[in-house]
Amino acid sequence: MTDIIIAGIGQTPVGEHWDESLRSLAVQAIQAAIKDSGGLKPQALYVGNMLAASLSRQAHLGALLADYAGLRFDDAQHKAGIEAETVEAGGASGGAALRQGYLAVASGLVDVALVVGVEKFTDVIGPDLEAALATLTDADYESVHGLTLTAQAALLARRYMHENHVPADGLAGFPLTAHANGAGNKNAMYRKAIALDTYQKAEPVCEPLNIFDVAPNADGAAAVVLTRRELLPKDFPHPVVRLAASTITSDTLALAERSDPLWFAAAQASVEQAFQKAGITREQVDLFEYYDAFSIFAALSLEAAGFAKRGQGWKLAGDGSIALTGQLPCATLGGLKARGNPGGATGVYQVVEAAEQLRGQAGANQIAGARYALIQCLGGPASIAVTHILEKIGD
Amino acid sequence: MPDTLLKPSRPVGIVGYGSYVPRYRLPAKEVARVWVGGRASGLPIKEKAVAGLDEDVVTMSLEAVRNALKRAGIDPAEIRAVWIGSESHPYAVKPTSTIVAEAIGAAPNVQAADMEFACKAGTEAMVMAMGLVGSGMARYAVAAGLDTAQGKPGDALEYTAAAGGAAFVIGPAEESLATINASYSYVTDTPDFWRREYQRYPEHGNRFTGEPAYFKHSTAAGKTMMEALGTKPSDYTWAIFHQPNAKFPQRAASLLGFTPEQIRPGLLSPVIGNTYAGAAILGLTATLDVAQPGDRILMVSFGSGAGSDAFDITVTDKLPERRDKALKTQDYIARRTEIDYAMYARLRGKIAMK
Amino acid sequence: MEIPRHWRLNQQRYGLVGEVCPHCEAKIFPPRDICPHCGGEAKTTYAFNGRGEVFSFTTIYEAPTGFDETAPYTVALVKLEEGPLVTAQLTDLGETRPEIGMPVEMVTRKLRSDGDERGMLIYGYKFRPVMR
Repeated sequence: MTDIIIAGIGQTPVGEHWDESLRSLAVQAIQAAIKDSGGLKPQALYVGNMLAASLSRQAHLGALLADYAGLRFDDAQHKAGIEAETVEAGGASGGAALRQGYLAVASGLVDVALVVGVEKFTDVIGPDLEAALATLTDADYESVHGLTLTAQAALLARRYMHENHVPADGLAGFPLTAHANGAGNKNAMYRKAIALDTYQKAEPVCEPLNIFDVAPNADGAAAVVLTRRELLPKDFPHPVVRLAASTITSDTLALAERSDPLWFAAAQASVEQAFQKAGITREQVDLFEYYDAFSIFAALSLEAAGFAKRGQGWKLAGDGSIALTGQLPCATLGGLKARGNPGGATGVYQVVEAAEQLRGQAGANQIAGARYALIQCLGGPASIAVTHILEKIGD
Repeated sequence: MPDTLLKPSRPVGIVGYGSYVPRYRLPAKEVARVWVGGRASGLPIKEKAVAGLDEDVVTMSLEAVRNALKRAGIDPAEIRAVWIGSESHPYAVKPTSTIVAEAIGAAPNVQAADMEFACKAGTEAMVMAMGLVGSGMARYAVAAGLDTAQGKPGDALEYTAAAGGAAFVIGPAEESLATINASYSYVTDTPDFWRREYQRYPEHGNRFTGEPAYFKHSTAAGKTMMEALGTKPSDYTWAIFHQPNAKFPQRAASLLGFTPEQIRPGLLSPVIGNTYAGAAILGLTATLDVAQPGDRILMVSFGSGAGSDAFDITVTDKLPERRDKALKTQDYIARRTEIDYAMYARLRGKIAMK
Repeated sequence: MEIPRHWRLNQQRYGLVGEVCPHCEAKIFPPRDICPHCGGEAKTTYAFNGRGEVFSFTTIYEAPTGFDETAPYTVALVKLEEGPLVTAQLTDLGETRPEIGMPVEMVTRKLRSDGDERGMLIYGYKFRPVMR
């Protein structure tokens, strides 16, 4: 099969964009990605979005964004806009939208696909925001009991720390790494390293999680243009990065319904499938963009991906393994914790950042000679796991 | 004079009983601290029981009824009535009893209704259940009385208006832990206490609630029933009276010739307050928790408006083996978390949110 | 208002009623008619005894709409004696500090109102420290 190329990437800074709307953020990212691709003309738009219907009272994003981004056929017979639809998979919506773009281009039915992830959190404030987020849990068996996403992660963290004898600050390395890396990303929400001491003194959110264990929900949009290698313009200006694998797997929506809540089975399965598809081993991975919406997720993802034994993932955070200079650099441009977690856009940001690394555009945070990037986004506690592998295949 | 006793043609009794008292306690001195500058003389009780944020008459009834079912050991599908007395049903329209009937597995082949007669709504339900079972229309009926009573902030009733209550499975005498030999009701139109529709707090007649209301009805009911039965106070091992505070039931007992020892196990108001529809019957459950086969019990409820129901009860030899099948009333009373007036105001929804 | 979606769950929510698999005898909660253990059809109702222990817990301070008036509150994963884990609030904690392994028992409590104070009350299972 022909190579599917990440031809264009674009993103807005992540943050509290009081003066930007859902559509304006998406259009900025789309325009940047198309420009970056050398002006490829998309034939289909896949929108990764998680909660616009509740956060922005706006569903039906495909039509809205295709129109506002001016994505029309440019020949005289076609007065219409291009194919456009929304893909929703909770926090993994961005990754799932990318998977749809990949399928479309790989099938040959679409030559150029545009994937945009967008989320606008700050239009809703207070309990209504928590209620919107809680719709991502099982309505009949979780959120009706007042469970929130953060509480769900806290339940996991409490049990994980109990079973594995993790000290109170044992997960600190994840946010510390993220914040150190965020300092080098101009699009990150937090661009300042934090000290262990700051973590230790931080206010609890849902014990045992404190504010640094929880990635901030924020506004943002990121976009990717996909095409087949033979369709790239002759003067394509970037090192060529291929989408070497794209997999999605699922697990129970409700955490309680798992026989083994501390094992991200879907995450493991999607990584295994992705390695197989890309034809690489885990030792060849140069960087891992994991889904650190909560620091406990990072620990469990490292274990599920096979980089740590069960119950030992947290140790990689403390011993420097996941730093930019470590064995397995993670969250290289800040991860969800420092870059911010713009919901359905997050999975696309991860891919944009990994492409920057492989292209050599990551500035101060550049991983020298990076060839393979493993990227994973999760919906809930790995109720959905989307894994992508990017490979740099030429200059 | 016609026979005034309410006595079923078929002998009936209490097949199972259960109680519930919520965890929180507001000391009376807290109310005094906030409203009368801490003047602590003449406080009507020591402390009262207060329901938690997630409790109401539905949830409390359910626990009391479940306890009664544990002691009864019957199939809930054989219950033909669930009647719950309260002045604090969570819905103005929609029965508490349907929710309880559904939750215990008694629905759908069942009567369900909510009773209201101030503090005697629970015993009203008991008499109805006696009638249903005693007539042979049903083998079992559930009767309960519980309240999360409201007193106006700063009012005399705020010291005592409490939460809790009890439930009974009424059934054939031969299956009973205690037989109900007879009952008698004494009712007049006496406006000592009321709450108008849409009003949040009740009004009361201060000292008018005493002699012409509580004492007149309680003593008349007790006295008339004993006369009709040919009994005297010394025939009873135990006695229970409605207990709006600590003093009234002690005085009523004394007026009728009962000793402090006879009312001791059933006198709960000093430590849990006035649980309204639950008050007298909670006293009965606490008494059954300690009574022995053969013990005879007199219970007199009182409901404002006004009336009293008197009951003559005899403990059977089935009680000792079944009373440990559920939590006892004193187990609930011992479970205690003291709160201050601020937390009380929050738990009772007295803080204006809008 | 969301009346039917709560109404249809009344029995399982009031009394922790799930299913038992007639093939492998696994106890199932929530009921799903297909046994998650053996894949067989499982439609026999089963009332759980309501006893279990705390598998994990946390306290929520920033609550969603409908729960904000009762925050802070504690939610837990409770391991039922018969096997399943359930998500539920812990209630009546008083001075008790919950811990993993703490024995708990089911009670039925108000979960929330459907909408504001005009709406239907939603009752369901919670767990409290065992009283005996």
